[in-house]
Amino acid sequence: MEGDSVKLLGFWGSPAVLRVKWALAVKGIECQYVEEDLSNKSDMLLKYNPVHKKVPVLVHQGKPLAESLLILEYIDETWKQNPLLPHSPYERAQARFWSKFVDDKCMPTVVAAFSKVGEEQQKAAEEARENLKRLEVGLEGKQFFGGDNIGFADIAIGWLPYWIEIAEEVVAINLIDAGSMPKLNSWFHAFIDIPIIKELLPPRHKLLHHTKAFLQA
Amino acid sequence: MGSEDVKVLCFWASPFSIRVEWALKLKGVDYEYIEQDVFNKSTLLLELNPIHKKVPVLVHASKPILESFVILEYIDETWKQHPLLPQDPYQRAHDRFWANFAENKLLYASFIAMVATGDDTEKALNVARDSVEKIEQEIKGKKFFGGDNIGYLDIALGWISYWIPVYEEVGSMQILDPLRFPAINAWMTNFLNHPVIKDRLPPRDDMVAYFHTRKKIVSPTYHDLMKYL
Repeated sequence: MEGDSVKLLGFWGSPAVLRVKWALAVKGIECQYVEEDLSNKSDMLLKYNPVHKKVPVLVHQGKPLAESLLILEYIDETWKQNPLLPHSPYERAQARFWSKFVDDKCMPTVVAAFSKVGEEQQKAAEEARENLKRLEVGLEGKQFFGGDNIGFADIAIGWLPYWIEIAEEVVAINLIDAGSMPKLNSWFHAFIDIPIIKELLPPRHKLLHHTKAFLQA
Repeated sequence: MGSEDVKVLCFWASPFSIRVEWALKLKGVDYEYIEQDVFNKSTLLLELNPIHKKVPVLVHASKPILESFVILEYIDETWKQHPLLPQDPYQRAHDRFWANFAENKLLYASFIAMVATGDDTEKALNVARDSVEKIEQEIKGKKFFGGDNIGYLDIALGWISYWIPVYEEVGSMQILDPLRFPAINAWMTNFLNHPVIKDRLPPRDDMVAYFHTRKKIVSPTYHDLMKYL
C-alpha cells in the first residue's frame, strides 16, 4: 500500500525479531529493516521503545509497537490476508496460551538448562524437557499448531527448537529428542522446511558462534 | 446468548481470577463461581489446568481456557456486548502492552516489596514506584483507561486499586503516593466506585489478614529478585 510505511528495528540473532519477520513474510508485507547494535542502541530505538529499550520494534505509519507477541496480533489485525490466528475464540485462546507458555515457562527453563552447571543444570534440564513435552498437547491431531497450515503459535514457537539444536552443540545436554517428543520433533522439521521460514533463519554458523559467546560469558 | 454453562474457578484473594469475574459481570454474563483452595488443589483444578495448576480457569461449554489475559480476550470475542478492547489495532496493542507491563513490573515488585526486608524491599519499592510513574502518564486526563467507560485496560489494571493498598498496609510501605500520582489515585476512586466493580470486591479485612499470613510464610528467592527487579 502506498504511504503505508513499515519499518522493523531488529537484531539478527533475536528470536523475538524473527517472529515478526516471519509474520510479515507470511502476510507478504514489505518492510524496511534496521539492524540495531544492541551494545550501542540507536536514538531511534530509545525513542520508539522508551519503556523496555528492546527489539523488535515495528513502526507502522510512524507509530511504534513493541513486544513480539503484541506485534504479531497487530499485524494480524491490520493486514487481513493469510490470517495468523484461527477463527474460533477457543482456538485463538489455545494459540495465545501456547505462545505465552513458551515465553513464560519454556524459555526460562531452557536458558537455565544451558547456563547452569552440575545438579542445578540437571534439574533445569528435567524441567525444560517436561515443558517441551507439554507442547505436544497443543499439536494433538494436527501437523502444525495452526492446523494444516502454520499460524500464530507456529510463528511464535518455531524458533525454539532451532535455537535449542544450536545450543546443544555448545553445551552437552539434550533437550529435544525424537524418541520422547516425536510430535514436537516432526512439527519442527516440517516448520523449518517451509521456504519463507527457512530463508529468514539466521545462518547456523553465525548463530552458533554467537550462542557460544553468550553461554560461555 | 452463550451464557449457559459458564464456570470460573477462582481464589477469593487472587487479583488474577477477579478480573475474569469483572469482565463477565460487565458483559452481563451469568457464571458459576467455584472457589478453589489454592493450597489444597482440587482434582477439578488439576484436571482442567494440568500445566499451571492455577486459577483462574474459565470453563465454557465444557472447554477450559487458561491464563487471565487469554481469558479476557476470549470473553471479549465470545460475548460482543460492552466491548472491552478498543476497535483500532494500534489502541489494542497499546492496551495489551500496558496490561503486560503492570503485571510484569508492578505486580511482582509490589508483592516482593511487601514480603522482603531491608535492601530488597527498597529495591522492589523503587521498581514499583517507577512503574506507577509510567502508568500515571497513561491515565492523565482520562476518567478510565478505556475513556468514559471501563475497558480492557481498566480490568487488567484494576487490581492496583484494591490489592496495592492492602500490600501497602501489610508491608507498612507506600507505593501509590497521592501527591506524586494524582491521576492514578483519581482513577482508583472512579474504578472502585463503578457499580459492577464495587459489587465484586473481596472483604478488605480478610485480605489484610490473608496477606499478613502470606508475608510470614513467603520470602522472595534470589531467583525472584533477579527476575522481577
